[in-house]
Amino acid sequence: MLKINALCTGLIGPVDLELPAGRIAVLSGVSGSGKSLLLRAIADLDPNEGRVELNGRARGDFDATDWRRHVAFVPAESGWWAQGVDEHFQAEPDPAPLLETLGLGEAMHWDVARLSTGEKQRLALARALQMDADVLLLDEPTSALDAMAVEAVEGVIRAEAAKGKAVLLVSHDTTQGARLGDVFFKLEDGQVRDAA
Amino acid sequence: MNAYISLDWFDLTLAALFLVLNAALSIWLRLGLARQLIIAAARMVVQLLLVGLVLKWVFGAVSLWLTGALMLVMLGFATREVRARQERPLAGIWGWSIGAGVMATVGLMVTIFGLTFAIQPEPLWSPRYALPLLGMILGNTMTGVALGLDTFLGALLREKAGVEARLLLGHTRMAAMRPQLRRAVRTGFTPIINAMAAIGVVSLPGMMTGQILSGIDPQEAVKYQLLIMFLLGGATGLGVLGAVLAGAWRMTDDRHRLRLDRLVPGK
Repeated sequence: MLKINALCTGLIGPVDLELPAGRIAVLSGVSGSGKSLLLRAIADLDPNEGRVELNGRARGDFDATDWRRHVAFVPAESGWWAQGVDEHFQAEPDPAPLLETLGLGEAMHWDVARLSTGEKQRLALARALQMDADVLLLDEPTSALDAMAVEAVEGVIRAEAAKGKAVLLVSHDTTQGARLGDVFFKLEDGQVRDAA
Repeated sequence: MNAYISLDWFDLTLAALFLVLNAALSIWLRLGLARQLIIAAARMVVQLLLVGLVLKWVFGAVSLWLTGALMLVMLGFATREVRARQERPLAGIWGWSIGAGVMATVGLMVTIFGLTFAIQPEPLWSPRYALPLLGMILGNTMTGVALGLDTFLGALLREKAGVEARLLLGHTRMAAMRPQLRRAVRTGFTPIINAMAAIGVVSLPGMMTGQILSGIDPQEAVKYQLLIMFLLGGATGLGVLGAVLAGAWRMTDDRHRLRLDRLVPGK
């Protein structure tokens, strides 16, 4: 369970939020309302104030690198630093089965330069899932995908929640939110509110 | 050995004719360079004449305080130059202090080392040796530091997504910035490596040429040049490494975040 108290970053907050293990929370809000900034703050990627706890342990007690292995954030725009796709993955656990599920069985032999936006999006999700984090913060994980790939990614997200992961999903797609979500929040005027 | 041939003002005026020819060509071909060329040339004449006067005075005075003060002025100009050559320098005092700190440390260390163990003038801080040596070391270190820092900060700005992707996968800040660090240090080293590789084959260095023209035995001039190049190479390397690492430290924080907000805001 991820517990957030009075989290403030930039113009956002104070935000209170609870993400129970095994549930998918859907966060909506108009463009520019600060959904991505909120996820960045939870991942401790931007300066922020407030209290964040994972299973009763304060974020400050974690080394920041360790925190991000427990609370995985997949931004809307993926980042790459090497030439080969395989250089962005750890050897263990074997990424092959997950890549197969996502329709990217051959991707480990590819160059990053030839990837489409949709391929990048799925690969970024796959490499984050390698960390086996307790919490998944997903920013528009299917925005560049076709219907078949959306279905595959949604299946993976459901499977992660079933394994006991707490998921916070930012999505513009209200039907996707309805398909996946257990709890619903809305970010409005810098505040998180329950949404029906 | 040939006697030193003194130049008079007529010789200098003759040499300047080629520059005037360039300016005339620029006007004729409408290159728009004439004004810049003439201003740069005029600046050079005034600056060098003034430096000649100042050096004559300082060399004559042989005062530790005066030499020290001049070294500080040189350091100040080098610091300003390092900051000016960066597209988006670090904001606040850091934009100045990294360049100044690195160049003061490395410049003084290498200059003192060269004076103490190699040149050994009497007194050790003799302005005739200390000032030109520091000047050459600062000039080269400045170029390396400015290139290294500009490359590093620019790369972080352009490749923010890649750096943050690594941070998000649990990498430390230094591991996340490794490609940018490597590139910046290599870029900072390039001019001095090129200079060392081409020296004597493609180019005769200005200092050595000057010594030979003023009547010094070429082998003696070569020895001096080698000494200078070793000191320059060492100082530039340490300066680039120090500046880029200090920049990396400042551009991140202890929670392993990339802090682009610590750069001067973009235009």
